[in-house]
Amino acid sequence: MPPPNIQLDDQGHLKHFLTLEGLSRELLIKILDKTEGFLGVARQAVKKVPLCRGKTVANLFFETSTRTRTTFELAAKRLSADVLTLNIAASSTSKGETLLDTLRNLEAMHVDMFVVRHAESGAAHFIAQHVAPGVSVINAGDGRHSHPTQGMLDMFTIRRHKGDFGRLTVAIVGDILHSRVARSQLAALRTLGAGEVRIIAPRTLLPAEPESLGARVYHDLREGVRDADVVIMLRLQRERMRGAMLPSEHEYFQLFGLTEERLATAKPDAIVMHPGPINRGVEMDSQVADGPRSVILEQVSNGIAVRMAVMALCIGTQNRLSQAKAHD
Amino acid sequence: MTEAIPSTTAGTPPNTPPGVAPGTKTDVAPSAAARRLSIRHGRLIDPANGIDGHLDLHIADGKVLAVGEAPAGFAPDRVLDATGQVVCPGLIDLCARLREPGQEHKGTIASETAAAAAGGVTSLCCPPDTTPIIDTPAVAQLITRTARQAGKARVVPAGALTHGLAGEQLSEMATLRQAGCAVMCQAERPIINTQVLRRAMEYAATFGLTVIMRPENPFLRDNGCAHEGRVSAHLGLPGIPEAAETVALARDLEVAKQTGARVHFRALSCARSLEKLAAAQARGIAVSADVSAHQLILTEDDLEGFNSQCHLNPPLRTAADRDALREAVRSGLVSAVCSDHQPHEPDAKLAPFPSTAPGMAALETLLPLLLRLVAAGVLDLTTAIARLTSGPAAILGLPLGDLAPGRAADVCVFDPEAKWRVGPKTWRSQGRNTPFWGERLKGRVTWTLLGGKVVHERRR
Repeated sequence: MPPPNIQLDDQGHLKHFLTLEGLSRELLIKILDKTEGFLGVARQAVKKVPLCRGKTVANLFFETSTRTRTTFELAAKRLSADVLTLNIAASSTSKGETLLDTLRNLEAMHVDMFVVRHAESGAAHFIAQHVAPGVSVINAGDGRHSHPTQGMLDMFTIRRHKGDFGRLTVAIVGDILHSRVARSQLAALRTLGAGEVRIIAPRTLLPAEPESLGARVYHDLREGVRDADVVIMLRLQRERMRGAMLPSEHEYFQLFGLTEERLATAKPDAIVMHPGPINRGVEMDSQVADGPRSVILEQVSNGIAVRMAVMALCIGTQNRLSQAKAHD
Repeated sequence: MTEAIPSTTAGTPPNTPPGVAPGTKTDVAPSAAARRLSIRHGRLIDPANGIDGHLDLHIADGKVLAVGEAPAGFAPDRVLDATGQVVCPGLIDLCARLREPGQEHKGTIASETAAAAAGGVTSLCCPPDTTPIIDTPAVAQLITRTARQAGKARVVPAGALTHGLAGEQLSEMATLRQAGCAVMCQAERPIINTQVLRRAMEYAATFGLTVIMRPENPFLRDNGCAHEGRVSAHLGLPGIPEAAETVALARDLEVAKQTGARVHFRALSCARSLEKLAAAQARGIAVSADVSAHQLILTEDDLEGFNSQCHLNPPLRTAADRDALREAVRSGLVSAVCSDHQPHEPDAKLAPFPSTAPGMAALETLLPLLLRLVAAGVLDLTTAIARLTSGPAAILGLPLGDLAPGRAADVCVFDPEAKWRVGPKTWRSQGRNTPFWGERLKGRVTWTLLGGKVVHERRR
């Protein structure tokens, strides 16, 4: 018996944004379409819209992050929300306060939305299950589980360049096992009906039953990217060498590092993506990262618009719910 | 006042069941202290003696006096009418954590043995990972003494197999046995040095002590918190591969063969382990095994939504594993089913899934879960009861688990059709951490008798 999807209200509107699993194709398309609308805000003279005026957003980062934290902060500010960013990695929890206590204290300050980054899978679900009604939770990355705004900004970037997902071959290269980004991308690609999805990695960096993620498994980079329209490189954490998952960065780059030469088997107009930050010379060389097929910086810009779209949808649902309650 | 069977104290021969002190006060009705008692009109199921029929049970002075006709002139002080109910030996649980001493915020001997009585469990074995660890006679005696005072269930402490459970030095096993430890056990802690394991098994075998092992390779387990498979792949939870269990099991089986020790494996969780167990038994190695009741019901799919009540160790595995475990319980390859009771305070489950404490409070759901398998046609009722009574009694080597005349009158009377909701009204354990909280279960204990004394009576 699957548990009810706690991300949605009883009319199927987005209340929390925790994972892309269990969200409909229509809803994902709606987020992508809404993102298109927000893309223009950054080019306005006054980079603000009043959709979340009077709302308070708290960024709770239990794990360090630069890109995700700042883009969430900018997204909230461009929606005219008041933003509070807490780097909790270095504060309360190190004093022994439980996650729930931290949450209760912030709730007492009447925050309307929590944006949460946490090192453990399931942390965003846990918080969503325990926040007061009327508060939304957006997952900004939980352990190895999910990073849904990253997944959606990648889909947005792919759609802008390639259009219809049904015709696309997408290759995801690297540490699938530990990657919340890959899990979100795979969930979105399944739901959006991507033509063919491949994952390319040594066995040590793949989860059990990888095909259940909806992808074909390759261990050879050249074979895996053959005729691909999109090549997504994942970040490799240095601790994988210590955990005996890989012999060395050198050998990893020799086998799975993306170079112009190895990209030759992909379609000529293939795009190259990376969630950042890049380890140059490990996942890919600089020629590719800075080359004409790289859309890596565009991903960052799109990230702001996607996060605006998701925040606006969740706040919209909350507004509807509180209005309905006022009518009762 | 009850004349109980001999109680376990220092110096008691190990084959005497640990008992309840004479004259112990319990919070049951005065009639509970009846010296002579009859349980009438019930369906008596005593698997060890091949009995299944509508037979009365007569009890005097804490012991079974007769089955069927009452002896001439027998005048019971109290009669329990068990019409429509099943009367069986009190259940025996090979693994229930009481949390005392050391973790009384999770449970106490009094609270958890009350839960045992409510679940029909009259004897239970508690693993040695208390604080302090059960590696000295003093700790073992503290537990048995406190349990006798509580008077709700027989508590058999398992002695630590190695000193401090550190896997380095042997514990004083012979001394621990004198203090009431019927078996030696390493709880969930590994013995990494195989030479130490070999010596521990040899030393235990010297005294005919059964060794209980929970096979788990700590390196393969690593920081895992879920079965390594489809669900952990989707939820991004660090996985525990089957090999974490099978590799340790293979090693322990070979060392058991080498040493001739009698080894019992706790909480097997996967089909591949069962294959190894069957092969070992076929080779004549003296090994047995149990499974936890919830492993026969739940699977990895129950983790969806990061349900921390299903954070268990060993982890819930696939439906195929669950079905293989069911078949092994049916066939008798697995001769006992345990609760693996692990009460926790609420906070222990209030965190992101990997940070929560594994385990569930399970004494009170043990029988209903087995009855669910009976209703599903997986087990017949006699087999289900055997796995909860005579099976575990044989592993502990104690004269318990059947209702032959002369045996301690430990009896469970339950209504197999009665439905009840798992909730605060009925729940006795201090730990409310169970994935079955709020569910309606079928099968409810009406009376539990310990040494002829009613220690649990269902309120009507």
